[in-house]
Amino acid sequence: MNWDIVLDIAIMFGKSLLLLVCLLVFIAYILLADRKIWAAVQLRRGPNVVGPFGLFQSFADLLKFAFKEPIIPSGANKGVFLLAPFISCLLALGAWAVIPVAEGWAIADINVGVLYILAISSLGVYGVIMAGWASNSKYPFMGALRSAAQMVSYEVSIGFVIITVLLCVGSLNLTAIVEAQNTSWGMLRWYWLPLFPMFVVFFISALAETNRPPFDLPEAESELVAGFMVEYSSTPYLLFMLGEYVAIMTMCSLTTILFLGGWLPPFPIAPFTWVPGVIWFILKVSLVFFMFAMVKAFVPRYRYDQLMRLGWKVFLPLSLISVVVVAFVLQVTGWGPVR
Amino acid sequence: MNAAAAFFYLFAGVTVASAFMVVTSRNPVHSVLFLILAFVNAAGLFMLLGAEFLAMLLIVVYVGAVAVLFLFVVMMLDVDFAEFRQGFLNYLPIGALVALIFAIELLLVVGAWVIDPQIVKAPVAAIPANISNTEALGRVLYTQYIYYFQAAGLVLLVAMIGAIVLTLRERVGIKRQNVVAQNARTKASAMDVRKVPSHAGLPEETV
Repeated sequence: MNWDIVLDIAIMFGKSLLLLVCLLVFIAYILLADRKIWAAVQLRRGPNVVGPFGLFQSFADLLKFAFKEPIIPSGANKGVFLLAPFISCLLALGAWAVIPVAEGWAIADINVGVLYILAISSLGVYGVIMAGWASNSKYPFMGALRSAAQMVSYEVSIGFVIITVLLCVGSLNLTAIVEAQNTSWGMLRWYWLPLFPMFVVFFISALAETNRPPFDLPEAESELVAGFMVEYSSTPYLLFMLGEYVAIMTMCSLTTILFLGGWLPPFPIAPFTWVPGVIWFILKVSLVFFMFAMVKAFVPRYRYDQLMRLGWKVFLPLSLISVVVVAFVLQVTGWGPVR
Repeated sequence: MNAAAAFFYLFAGVTVASAFMVVTSRNPVHSVLFLILAFVNAAGLFMLLGAEFLAMLLIVVYVGAVAVLFLFVVMMLDVDFAEFRQGFLNYLPIGALVALIFAIELLLVVGAWVIDPQIVKAPVAAIPANISNTEALGRVLYTQYIYYFQAAGLVLLVAMIGAIVLTLRERVGIKRQNVVAQNARTKASAMDVRKVPSHAGLPEETV
């Protein structure tokens, strides 16, 4: 037995556990923030009973879900029914293996980091489809079908937007993408400004990819009760909710890494550079999530045909044209990555 | 046994087992789910070979898009299992023939490799050192064989247009959304504010 390998595995395990705990605690408060922002827009107070300012609300919800009885419908396909929430939660968490939260702070700094996240997030649709099919019930099935079409459609434009960023960077490695934005111009040379239209397309596609309002048609409560989650209760439901929020966090951090300079300070001068990178990363992710939450609070839900039209007839041509334009500009001006 | 070998046997074992389950499952949806498992494990095998770009592409394209549509179709189908088993004997000779050809081909490949290990290396271009395999693939596809690549793209484009032409039918008598027309509506063209006289109402024909 080689003890170096055992030690490596132990370190890897420790890192993963640390990231997992931090991520879950962060998500508990992001969930609360989501509800508080939603409430504030509608001039309500939001959850404010459990703990000071409702700070322990998410933990109370967790306990409630964990201690309830899981109910499996008699007509359901039991194995697939119980597998679906696990898949959706595990895949969402798996994407975090490659996300660098600060310089060198990634569990696995692999060469194809962006592709890995794209691949994992494209697998997320299976949790939804399996849940909808295994429930053996009308509304979940409708929700699953909607979700399958929606997530596949918006992945296409997300892919093209990522390609425009990769053209500017010249690498698929997430750390390299952040480092490419590290210039003396600070936040003015992060990709959100030069590639602003793509930033907008990516943000909207990320909303659709994570089934957030205004694109939450797979679980549109006014039409489908709760979509693919209708038959779920207790811990399996909790896993779905957790998976959804972890996926939202993944998309927020991907936006941060691709367009907002990851862990870099806004300007590379004294007071900003004193703050550690991980703080900047968390601040930026929170900012992107704040935009996610605001969109949820004040944009009405899309109709399904409008959603499909936006994906295929607006975003796909737009992102395709921008790939050509960005490649052309980089080639002509010689601004592209130097080999 | 080192870690790489352990992972190889894990991925290979699960791939073969799930491929076996694809053909033996009674429920077609379970078959597709096992097929997806086989794809994911095949991606793991690619990863062990150092072909990380291919591994990710396999997951993005096959598992993330193709298999979703596959699952979509299979879920919508109303499959009659009894009918499935009736045709089993009819198709057995063809199936056996295909399996036989596969087996012979596999034997030929492995046999040639065992007899003369050099034969495998002959048609393979030298793998460039110290560049990532994403870049190596890019050089082969977009620099060395760019015209063939473009030709393949054109063939696919023609196939796509052909599929659209074959399935497109303009149905009459259905209501369509015209988004441009909807957006072009103004308050003046869409609304008509009237003063309604008390106890008289509007005249019938103008309502």
